[in-house]
Amino acid sequence: MPDANSLYGPLDPAPDAGWTDAQPRMGFFTDTSVCIGCKACEVACKEWNDVPGSGLDLLGMSYDNTGALTANSWRHVAFVEQPRPAAPAADAPGSSVAGPQFLGMPGARPPGRGTGAETRSDFRWLMMSDVCKHCTHAACLDVCPTGSLFRTEFGTVVVQEDICNGCGYCIPACPYGVIDQRKGDGRAWKCTLCYDRLGAGGTPACAQACPTESIQYGPLDELRERAAHRVATLHERGVPQARLYGHDPTDGVGGDGAFFLLLDDPEVYGLPPDPVVTTRDLPRMWKRAGLAALAMAAAAVAAFVGGSS
Amino acid sequence: MAEAHPVGFQWVMEAKRRGAKVFHVDPRFTRTSAVADSYLPIRAGTDIALLGGVVRHILENELDFREYVLAYTNAATIVSDQFADTEDLDGLFSGYRPDTGSYDTSSWQYAGHEGHAEITGTGKERDSAAGLRHESHGMPVPAPAQRDETLQHPRCVYQILRRHFARYTPEMVERVCGIPQDKFLELADAWAANSGRERTGALVYSVGWTQHSVGVQYIRTGAIIQTLLGNMGRPGGGILALRGHASIQGSTDIPTLYNLLPGYLPMPHHADHETFDDWVDSIRHPGQKGFWGDSRAYAASLLKAYWGDAATPENDFCYDHLPRMTGDHGTYQQVLNMIDGKIRGYFLLGQNPAVGSAHGRAQRLGMANLDWLVVRDLFLIESATFWKNSPEVATGEIVPEQCRTEVFFLPAASHVEKEGTFTQTQRLLQWREKAVDPPGDARSELWFFYHLGRRLRERLAGSPHPRDRALLDLTWDYPTHGPHAEPSAEAVLREINGYEVATGRPLSAFTQARDDGSTAIGCWIYTGVYADGVNQAARRRSRHEQDWVAAQWGWAWPANRRTLYNRASADPQGRPWSERKKYVWWDPDAGEWTGYDVPDFEKTKPPTYRPPEGASGVAAIAGDDAFVMQGDGKAWLYAPSGVLDGPLPAHYEPAESPMRNPLYGQQANPTRKVYEHPVNSVNPSPPEAHSAVFPYVFTVSRLTEHHTAGGMSRTVRPLAELQPEMFVEVSPELAAEAGLTHLGWAHLVSGRAAIEAKVLVTDRLTPLRVDGRIIHQLWLPYHFGTEGLVTGDSANDLFGITLDPNVLIQESKVGTCDVRPGRRPTGPALLDLVADYRRRAGITPQRRVPIVTTDAAGGGDAAGSTDERSPQASADEHDGGGDA
Repeated sequence: MPDANSLYGPLDPAPDAGWTDAQPRMGFFTDTSVCIGCKACEVACKEWNDVPGSGLDLLGMSYDNTGALTANSWRHVAFVEQPRPAAPAADAPGSSVAGPQFLGMPGARPPGRGTGAETRSDFRWLMMSDVCKHCTHAACLDVCPTGSLFRTEFGTVVVQEDICNGCGYCIPACPYGVIDQRKGDGRAWKCTLCYDRLGAGGTPACAQACPTESIQYGPLDELRERAAHRVATLHERGVPQARLYGHDPTDGVGGDGAFFLLLDDPEVYGLPPDPVVTTRDLPRMWKRAGLAALAMAAAAVAAFVGGSS
Repeated sequence: MAEAHPVGFQWVMEAKRRGAKVFHVDPRFTRTSAVADSYLPIRAGTDIALLGGVVRHILENELDFREYVLAYTNAATIVSDQFADTEDLDGLFSGYRPDTGSYDTSSWQYAGHEGHAEITGTGKERDSAAGLRHESHGMPVPAPAQRDETLQHPRCVYQILRRHFARYTPEMVERVCGIPQDKFLELADAWAANSGRERTGALVYSVGWTQHSVGVQYIRTGAIIQTLLGNMGRPGGGILALRGHASIQGSTDIPTLYNLLPGYLPMPHHADHETFDDWVDSIRHPGQKGFWGDSRAYAASLLKAYWGDAATPENDFCYDHLPRMTGDHGTYQQVLNMIDGKIRGYFLLGQNPAVGSAHGRAQRLGMANLDWLVVRDLFLIESATFWKNSPEVATGEIVPEQCRTEVFFLPAASHVEKEGTFTQTQRLLQWREKAVDPPGDARSELWFFYHLGRRLRERLAGSPHPRDRALLDLTWDYPTHGPHAEPSAEAVLREINGYEVATGRPLSAFTQARDDGSTAIGCWIYTGVYADGVNQAARRRSRHEQDWVAAQWGWAWPANRRTLYNRASADPQGRPWSERKKYVWWDPDAGEWTGYDVPDFEKTKPPTYRPPEGASGVAAIAGDDAFVMQGDGKAWLYAPSGVLDGPLPAHYEPAESPMRNPLYGQQANPTRKVYEHPVNSVNPSPPEAHSAVFPYVFTVSRLTEHHTAGGMSRTVRPLAELQPEMFVEVSPELAAEAGLTHLGWAHLVSGRAAIEAKVLVTDRLTPLRVDGRIIHQLWLPYHFGTEGLVTGDSANDLFGITLDPNVLIQESKVGTCDVRPGRRPTGPALLDLVADYRRRAGITPQRRVPIVTTDAAGGGDAAGSTDERSPQASADEHDGGGDA
């Protein structure tokens, strides 16, 4: 076990944060292979949490008119239109296929443009409901100077709107670009994993509304087990591209409280392939800074001592 | 289905999780296609060719469930030698009358029954949408029919079916629909392989499927497949319509339709049903087999429920108080009548025809020519503001200061703000509690009608006029409660259920209905929903506390029966077809039918029962006649009557199509309802000239994010922002051809209107290679209008008015148009643009749409395929348009 208050590596975050009566860690498993892109999660989240409107703009990014996770959109359904990979790599999920990789980056052309009817064999439309990852090592929380961001007894990460002073340190700290400042308000907002419902034994609004159980809520241990089964089933059924994202406690953020089953590389969905908690290197940085300070002090002392000779 | 019915779609996903293979057939790649195992793009309006291909595949490969087909269908029945098929007559069936555009159905009858056709010229039936009356029962069959159990007789239904669909080959499916043959065969094989003794398959469609000039025949083709495969009356089988709103099933059971009374009793026609006896006999057909023999009791009980003490056997239960039909009173005829000044006032309840109905301009012009209009809705919708905010105001056709219509807008309570039932597609009634009080002046429909009736009756009290008796004699005594005197919805349900007049005791089954005035029943098929004085629709027993049929969840009509015709789940001897699909069976020891569901058969009639000579009514149903509401007790693969456009489905092109019908000389449904009216025009289709003026096929449907005409979603911010603008989806190929750019503007033009939309260029739309040419299809959502948080032009404005002959549903899922880059003109210039297109397409006031286009009728290709586009139109295309 790493030390208490560790900033890196696997651990159970709620006891680590000092909860003596911590609950089992709760989280989301979002299975994108059954997502139908209905956006009920987005609407349920907005209704329950009274999240303001995020603009009436047609974005032209397939059926995604939300665009990204923002202070005013705590669930975001991404829609990725792509030609089906030419030959699925059957050996190792995640290994890249031949040919140019689609990186999920906005291009000059609309999705799919430039493929003629003759060359188009088939087509794939991926949908994924994205959300705050509730990291085991949450950099947003680590850098918050006011204590507005805190770790709940369920192991989730929540902003307390009455404490946040709008300093914005948390925003660049998030390796996923999730947490965001609200314009005209200045405070940071993001998914609370419906902390107010959890306390009452309820299910988060998005998971409750999801018609296909793409968003599953529960104890993280159970979800990880279920997810592993699901991936195995999909592999058996000839979907070798299925892989989990954010489930691994040894990854750069110590595993996510909200993890995903994806059907392609994370980049395709606009997710970072190898996120690392931005505070991972803080102890080392402070050690180095301390060393440098010591060295400087030593040099100064040496110079002073030397000067007196 | 994922787009329009995401909540219902969870069960498809559940099936998929358990290993089911999901096929999706759609003109565009949707959210359903995204999770389907196989996606089949199809040319809009060609479903009969596809399904006909499946029928042929089943017959040619003998994949039908033969024992079931022999026992329970009319496959063996011999048809009249006077019958001639579309294969013989180039797309017409025998009996066509060009003067009325309808059929004399006597030659369609079973052999020996030719003289017994109830309908000899179907024009009048079309005007009264008489086909709908058969929603719950078949047409009469006068006498036992001749059968050939070997299915070898050349005129038996089975052989007729084989010949009729012989040309619907995989090659033809590809040629007509644009579906590759291998994909088609994969679908047909999967359907057949998942049917039979051990397995069943359900056909689930959304009601967009019906919105075609051949809509009823789409469903008929599906029914033929399901019957051939033995998927009717068995668990996991059936044909289910996913309705567009909650309780659409309920609104046909307790109808909002002009031609029906509750429980599918027909609305009387002034000429045919002069007396109560005429009317009742037209329903019950003396001498007919089946359960409609008791319709006199249902009819008398309904009138007794309406007029209470005033209704007596002596005065035929106030039958003369009932309004009579005089012809077509359908919604589209009414709109044309409004335009012509024949209708003065109109109630609109929960409907937004200015956006949701075909030919929006006609709808709005009609409503602008009324004396008064009452709109009840949750939000201020376009149908309430057309007089000050509509495309016609912009063009100057409606001048707000001069518009004569006085509009009364009354806010309505939503479904969570009132109590009542929903009836869903399985005929299941589920009671809803009120969750919150409606805000402000919003009231339930029940409140509105009860108090409207109450006030009218108070006004008329003491009236000496006989015309007011119908209103004054009504039983109108519902208990009310609360500060707004809300009527009790349970009291209404109790009346719908029916009761004994003398004691007020609720009835428990429709078999208790009497024709002597001793029972009153609001809707006979719902009798039992309030049995024992208990609201059975409110039952909520958990599925974990009962068997899988869950008979104690809600209540299903009739008699809480979850699967109709479930006698067919057992073999002719009454044994389950298989252990796996066991459902209802004969228990020889107990001498009764038993099983998981309420048997749809007389409980103690043994499988060996054979009716005596001359029997009628229920007694004429043999022990193995599973389809008890049908005149001959059989499921009809071939419909000798009741369907006005043919005993078998045939592929006709949509009323507007860029293509000549590859199967027959007859281009479109020869019996479709066409309205020749100055406001209504139909774009030309081959063989008529100038079809190239409107070269593209467009289809409309829903987005998950919005609800129908948008009144309940464009007004709600969390929904509106998810799909904030009107758009049109085009393939990259069409974008290149028409000069459209992603997120740029385009406008679409038909003979009725020009609308604009943002362009989404996407691979989800694909050009189809059909009959040797490339057909481009465009897709639009139909949710947008001029009111709400997000606005846009209405896709339904593009459609004209052409209807299916059986039920008068409009063809609003396929039409032809042109598409051009850039925004549409505004003001009078918009009218000029559309007029220019009409002129080039040859749509003049003198033009009549050719109905019969067989070679014999001289329907050869007069059109050619010359480019009829104006030089200006071509030039406009190269201007780029777009909003950049």
